[in-house]
Amino acid sequence: MSDMTDTGGPVLAADGTPLKRSLARALRRQKMRALMLIAPLLLFILISFILPVADMLYRSVQNGIVTETLPRSVVALADWDANSGDLPSEAVFAAMAADLKDAAAAKTHTKVGTRLNYENPGISSLFRKTGRKAKKFDVENGGPWKEALIDINKGWGDPDNWRTIQTYSPPVTAGYFLNAVDMRVGPDGAESRPESEQIYMNLLKRTLWMSLTITVCCILLAYPVAWILANLPMRQANMLMILVLLPFWTSLLVRTSAWKILLQQQGVINDILVWIGLVDDSARLVIINNQFGTIVAMTHILLPFMILPMYSVMQTIPPTYLRAAKSLGATDWTAFWRVYFPQTIPGIGAGSILVFILAIGYYITPALVGGTKGTFISNQIAFHISSSLNWGLASALGAILLAVVLVLYWAYDKIVGIDNVKLG
Amino acid sequence: MAEAVSDDGFVVFDRVQKSYDGETLVVKDLNLSIAKGEFLTMLGPSGSGKTTCLMMLAGFETATHGDIRLGGQPINNIPPHKRGIGMVFQNYALFPHMTIAENLAFPLEVRKMGKSEREEKIKRALDMVEMGAFGGRRPSQLSGGQQQRIALARALVFEPELVLMDEPLGALDKQLREKMQFEITDLAHNLGITTVYVTHDQTEALTMSDNVAVFDDGRIQQLAPPDLLYEKPENSFVAQFIGENNTLEGIVTEITGDTCVVRLDDGEELDATPINVSKVGERTKVSIRPERVEYNKERLQEGAHTLKAEVLEFIYMGDIFRTRLRVAGNDEFIIKTRNAPDVERLQPGQQIEIGWLPQDCRALDA
Repeated sequence: MSDMTDTGGPVLAADGTPLKRSLARALRRQKMRALMLIAPLLLFILISFILPVADMLYRSVQNGIVTETLPRSVVALADWDANSGDLPSEAVFAAMAADLKDAAAAKTHTKVGTRLNYENPGISSLFRKTGRKAKKFDVENGGPWKEALIDINKGWGDPDNWRTIQTYSPPVTAGYFLNAVDMRVGPDGAESRPESEQIYMNLLKRTLWMSLTITVCCILLAYPVAWILANLPMRQANMLMILVLLPFWTSLLVRTSAWKILLQQQGVINDILVWIGLVDDSARLVIINNQFGTIVAMTHILLPFMILPMYSVMQTIPPTYLRAAKSLGATDWTAFWRVYFPQTIPGIGAGSILVFILAIGYYITPALVGGTKGTFISNQIAFHISSSLNWGLASALGAILLAVVLVLYWAYDKIVGIDNVKLG
Repeated sequence: MAEAVSDDGFVVFDRVQKSYDGETLVVKDLNLSIAKGEFLTMLGPSGSGKTTCLMMLAGFETATHGDIRLGGQPINNIPPHKRGIGMVFQNYALFPHMTIAENLAFPLEVRKMGKSEREEKIKRALDMVEMGAFGGRRPSQLSGGQQQRIALARALVFEPELVLMDEPLGALDKQLREKMQFEITDLAHNLGITTVYVTHDQTEALTMSDNVAVFDDGRIQQLAPPDLLYEKPENSFVAQFIGENNTLEGIVTEITGDTCVVRLDDGEELDATPINVSKVGERTKVSIRPERVEYNKERLQEGAHTLKAEVLEFIYMGDIFRTRLRVAGNDEFIIKTRNAPDVERLQPGQQIEIGWLPQDCRALDA
């Protein structure tokens, strides 16, 4: 073998095959076995997590329904100039009539109506009403279709409706995303919606602001608790740790409902305040079904996620550092602030990321105690998924939320460094 | 030992007691005076109270009873950060989130020292421990020995008059430890600072100190310079704890001035120096250092008692021979002989006679 290497050729194994290949072969079995072991989890994650997320992300831009249902009209409309103010030509109307006849037979005309109604409220009735009569259209011999359609429903005489159909005819659209950031496609491209129709950006800002408040509250409350936990003797620390973990053994719903009982106007806290005379019976405090209620309940629910990483970091800081600082002349406060606190920052960072990311996507608690002013963007997503069935918009909102979290994560990594995060 | 200590020491422990639980005393009636510029080592087994004493001096523990004075002032009620005592911890306690220079700047910053003065002092302190090039590094990038030096520099940078060291060399390997022992003593003597050093390593205590206080059971068993401590232990604990020691038990049969005769349990008699035996008939432990035992009859003093011994084991250790004997029923009697051409190498099973000068054989408490 040694004389082989001397000649400069590839290193050979004992049987003459190149060493690299026989090494790969030897390792292949190990790699296969490792892959087989993680295969169930990999498949599970792929099927139950990655694929649905990818599908939902695609739904936020998917718009195939218009071209599929109205193929001829889409082609015919391509040349029409929406800003001319004129109605499309007779050919477009004829194509629409033919499409509507097919669609009515397949009963898909209401679906395209619903889809376009998201962008142009009222347009769904146009399709529904026309569809009823479209079954009887004589496509070859009838006409002229311009008059016939306008006769059935005046909506066909409105260029705005045609503009909507033309704008949303491509199979991929930014419409859902524009909608999610309170914009729409107007005559001159993307434009802001009127103030009264703006919902989502404010909701997103509120979600971010409230999540931040909750995170800060958690830091302030968790720091002393974690410090006590880390400095108590093992036995008492374990006892206290059980108390910290106790909420995890109680249903989230129960904990949130408990806050309802405590905070409502006829609830425990208000009753006590009235009883001791701090608050007049006629002026009971409104501390639930608003932002305050959401912040209080969510701080309580997310607190353990802050305490645990802080505790595990503080546990690793030996008390000699504080003693050393004091022996060097630092007061208790200086010793804490200059020596102890900087070493706990990784724990604060880990807890903050955890709490903030959990908070930003929280659903149940804001839904129960948030009222109208204290709900999060996830509640709006849930509404579009289960009530309005506008999945495209729900997906777009979800995608924006995901992007915000990733951007914040990236920013955090730049500022604090993700290597500095310690969970234990 | 119960007499009150003189007031002229730089550091004075005056009848200090300490109890953690209110039931047992960890430190019992401690009286100790440390002169300015002295290097004092507190030596003792773990749990002997030496670290507690150091912590009381540093201010991290409060004395249950008694006064601790520093430069004549009682410091019992002064918080640690106002005592101005430098301290080196066992695991160095260098702040991991600061660079070496920032670590050294810390005691100066909390003293509100100006930037230029600060930098000058840091530079001087780093040069002093030969670590001048390391100011920008973090503690985790340094080796154990280097961290040790930085810890020393940090404890000295604000020029305290008193430095406490709590087993500072415990985490280092043997060679480095020996090197650092000399560096620390050199530094302490050159700067003229008073040092209180805590260790359980007797070699460290002997090589470094001006005075060693041997702690056991919450009391100082003996306070003496290293040579006296080794050669003239005052009680059997110190004799056992410092260095290697042979013990033979017996009864005092005769005391005449500064010599006495001890009859060992197997009937043999030997000459000894009475240290803390006072009357005939008292039980005693006789202590002899292994290197003071002589088996070459020509070198023995006229008229000295000799004992019969059987060689059990002969170990060649290079510079010395270590021979284990059976003497008066004791199987663990060790003698050490320097490896010289004229020294006989003993064989196991060989019967010999051993003896020693009476002043090397000390009759201590039983």
